[in-house]
Amino acid sequence: MNVSQTAEQVLDLAVRALPGAEVDVTADAVHRGLTRFANSRIHQNVAEDTVSVRLRAHLDGRTVTTTTTLTSPEGLTSLVSRTAAAVRSAPRDPGWPGLAPAAPLVLSGVVDEATRDASPDDRAARVRDFVDAAGGLETAGYCQTGHWSGAYRNSAGQALAAQATTAELDGIARDAGADGVARRSSVRLSDLDGAAQGARAAAKARSQADPVELPPDRYEVILEPEAVADLLTNFALFGFNAKAVQERRSFAEVGAAQFDEAISLYDEPREPFDGEGTPRTRLALVEKGVTTALAHDRRTAAVAGAASTGHGGSAAWGPILNNLGFAPGAGSTEEMISRIKRGLLITDLWYTRVLDPRTLALTGLTRNGVWLIEGGEVTRPVRNMRFTQLYPQALGPGAVLGVGAEAVPQPSRVFLGAWTAPALHLASWNITGNASG
Amino acid sequence: MSFFDVAEAAVAAALDAGARYADARVMHKRYESMEARNGEVEELNSDESAGIGVRALVGSSWGFYAVPDLSDSAARLAGARATAIAKASARVAGPGVDLVPTTVNTATWASECRIDPLAVPLSDKGDLLTHATKTMVEHGADQATGVYQIWDTRKWFVSSEGHRIDQHVRECGAGIQATAIGEGETQVRSYPAARGQYGTRGWELVQGLDLLAHAPRLAEESRELLTAPLCPSGETALILGGEQLFLQIHESVGHAIELDRILGWEAAFAGTSWLDLSQLGSLRYGSELMNITIDPTLPGALGSFGFDDEGTPAAKRYAVKDGIWVGVLAGRDSAALAGLDYGGSVRADGWARLPMVRMTNVGLEPGPHTLEQIIAETDDGVFMEHNRSWSIDDKRLNFQFGCEIAYEVKNGKKGRMLRNPTYTGIGPKFWQSMDMLSSEIEYWGTPNCGKGQPTQVGHTGHPSAPARFRNVRVGVRA
Repeated sequence: MNVSQTAEQVLDLAVRALPGAEVDVTADAVHRGLTRFANSRIHQNVAEDTVSVRLRAHLDGRTVTTTTTLTSPEGLTSLVSRTAAAVRSAPRDPGWPGLAPAAPLVLSGVVDEATRDASPDDRAARVRDFVDAAGGLETAGYCQTGHWSGAYRNSAGQALAAQATTAELDGIARDAGADGVARRSSVRLSDLDGAAQGARAAAKARSQADPVELPPDRYEVILEPEAVADLLTNFALFGFNAKAVQERRSFAEVGAAQFDEAISLYDEPREPFDGEGTPRTRLALVEKGVTTALAHDRRTAAVAGAASTGHGGSAAWGPILNNLGFAPGAGSTEEMISRIKRGLLITDLWYTRVLDPRTLALTGLTRNGVWLIEGGEVTRPVRNMRFTQLYPQALGPGAVLGVGAEAVPQPSRVFLGAWTAPALHLASWNITGNASG
Repeated sequence: MSFFDVAEAAVAAALDAGARYADARVMHKRYESMEARNGEVEELNSDESAGIGVRALVGSSWGFYAVPDLSDSAARLAGARATAIAKASARVAGPGVDLVPTTVNTATWASECRIDPLAVPLSDKGDLLTHATKTMVEHGADQATGVYQIWDTRKWFVSSEGHRIDQHVRECGAGIQATAIGEGETQVRSYPAARGQYGTRGWELVQGLDLLAHAPRLAEESRELLTAPLCPSGETALILGGEQLFLQIHESVGHAIELDRILGWEAAFAGTSWLDLSQLGSLRYGSELMNITIDPTLPGALGSFGFDDEGTPAAKRYAVKDGIWVGVLAGRDSAALAGLDYGGSVRADGWARLPMVRMTNVGLEPGPHTLEQIIAETDDGVFMEHNRSWSIDDKRLNFQFGCEIAYEVKNGKKGRMLRNPTYTGIGPKFWQSMDMLSSEIEYWGTPNCGKGQPTQVGHTGHPSAPARFRNVRVGVRA
């Protein structure tokens, strides 16, 4: 039984068990293969084939969501029985926005057959290329391939199904305790060049011998795509989430020029619909520095008198963006470096945490390579540093001095998620500590 | 066919396919959670998951395969696939893998549970959260949230060495939080911990929290924080409440002593550790007041179990004794590689995840003081409590924490409230500066420890009490 048939069967069972209820069902089949390497050898090699079914029912003003991985006839019948019992004793849900109406898909998922069918040997070959290209340096990281097949059905007549693939290669090379990194995400395994990534990571690691320690200060910086992915992560989670905006926990304000005019941000979904059955499309969130939209689910859309953008996730957290990207500019990293009198080239940001969500104040550390730029040239490596920075301020009007021409898809921690990031040249980044504390 | 039979079929198939060791876990997990906001329930989830995960060792390489099908044929296929994946790992192979010996057990274990949390009516649980959050709004909170979570996990573990262990672990917990929103920032107060308090106990744990009684205070404190003076910047004596100190233990000790990190197995994702195995037994980690135990036998703590996911029985050992580093969190393969003789700290958060080194209950043994005595003996300092943010470098040395609330301490007395408190430091220097430690230990639970790829969520416990640290940098600003 495929996921569409499973969703259809659960919907039929639920409609019969809960007359008068609004009901929707998602069924997701995921095949994921992941090959992890460390100390330049494969140390974890895993695969999973999972099917999960989620049933949501709204009856007499009460809502409950149940899930199961038990997809036998008995398992699905049990899911429906459990839901029917729970919804009658669940607390009231006055914010229920109703079900998604019937509407067709706008995007189709990209399925690359070679990625869908990739074997452990195919992933191991990418890892072999990465390790070999590092030229004897210790390496660590992972190569993942995955295939998702999903279906949505609801009692208002909405019926959707789609598939998508994903592939990721993320690794570091280590030289005398200094790490260099290269990351890439795609819908096709064939886009991942293990040798090129291994060589980039190794080159970064090798160029960090004898680093200096710099004092806390505000520095002009170039953030490479790996670091910029962290900005996108936090803007997605805390910035353009309509629930956070409605509750005044976010800085985002539609119609306001909140960013430098060099900045345009968009969401380019890999999954063609969300868990509420709303078709997704490309969503422009910032255009030339002006915040133009927020991510909505059906609840936030109902509050705003708007339409859902297809970013339904958790009702408690609110809408979630998984594929946020910066529109590329015209610069190269070399050109940006040549314009800096004194500043920092930062490869990656690490363990960033929000100090205050409304100002999007974050602290975190640099990782995988930092270099001092003097007189338009990279002059020497720098020890890792801690920063404490307001992210919107770093990208504010007049603060962005350049945007790289190549926007590189970066892996995220969410299956089918990815951040598309160019390098950024920023006027100021607030370094608040260094490696010695 | 019992679940033991299913697991044994998978192990047999893995061996038939060429594995030299194999184990299998059948798991059946139920999860229930509810979140309420401003007097209304906004999310109620009830999840059920079951399947089998098989681990196979071929030469020096592991393979793992998981499937949500508990038929005999699916289990045998899973065993064969795990072995095939292990063989593919040999394309980039490493040094030989051994497993330290462990007791081969046929055993049953269950956590203590007086009130089955899944049997408590949803309406009662909903009333608790809606009343608590409504009360916080009535007392000035702009946003008031409450949450409970319940996990009910059955596991059947079988290995090719003869293990046959079943466990029933029941865990639950809850918490509430008030947020006040000012002109340019937000202020938050939580109870009993920033993400709630959790343990391997029944609903009696939640009843004992008495969430409603604390709701008015939280809301009032969150509003008061909006106009409180900023925490000053500089070096000073820092007194940490037990809830904040447990996260300090988790981040700067617990993760640092994970043997897989020390060996570089998590280098790319989770990072490594500043600890060097050659210094085990001699390195000064902290002051002589610092005694850190690894103890999954603690009744009711969130990191408790009878056997880990390799079948090793729970046992207490020291990680830091009188300030000296003496132990690590280990699995059977990592311990063998490091030349150690113990494992016992390997777990996975579900049947579809590969078991890995995870914290159990990692915490401080009590000191000789009380919080009242610590404050009374401090002339000039800051008392911070309740975690708000946490960040630490990839070697687990340089950290910065933010707390929800702080108070001036002057001339032995707790003074005015301070907002946006932060402190920063380097792990061993910080722990060596601990000069007063309270006896008021509580077992704090962390239900959201992330590690591994794909990310696994670990449940960890942390005995902790208030303590004082000298010459700590506080008040870092954005």
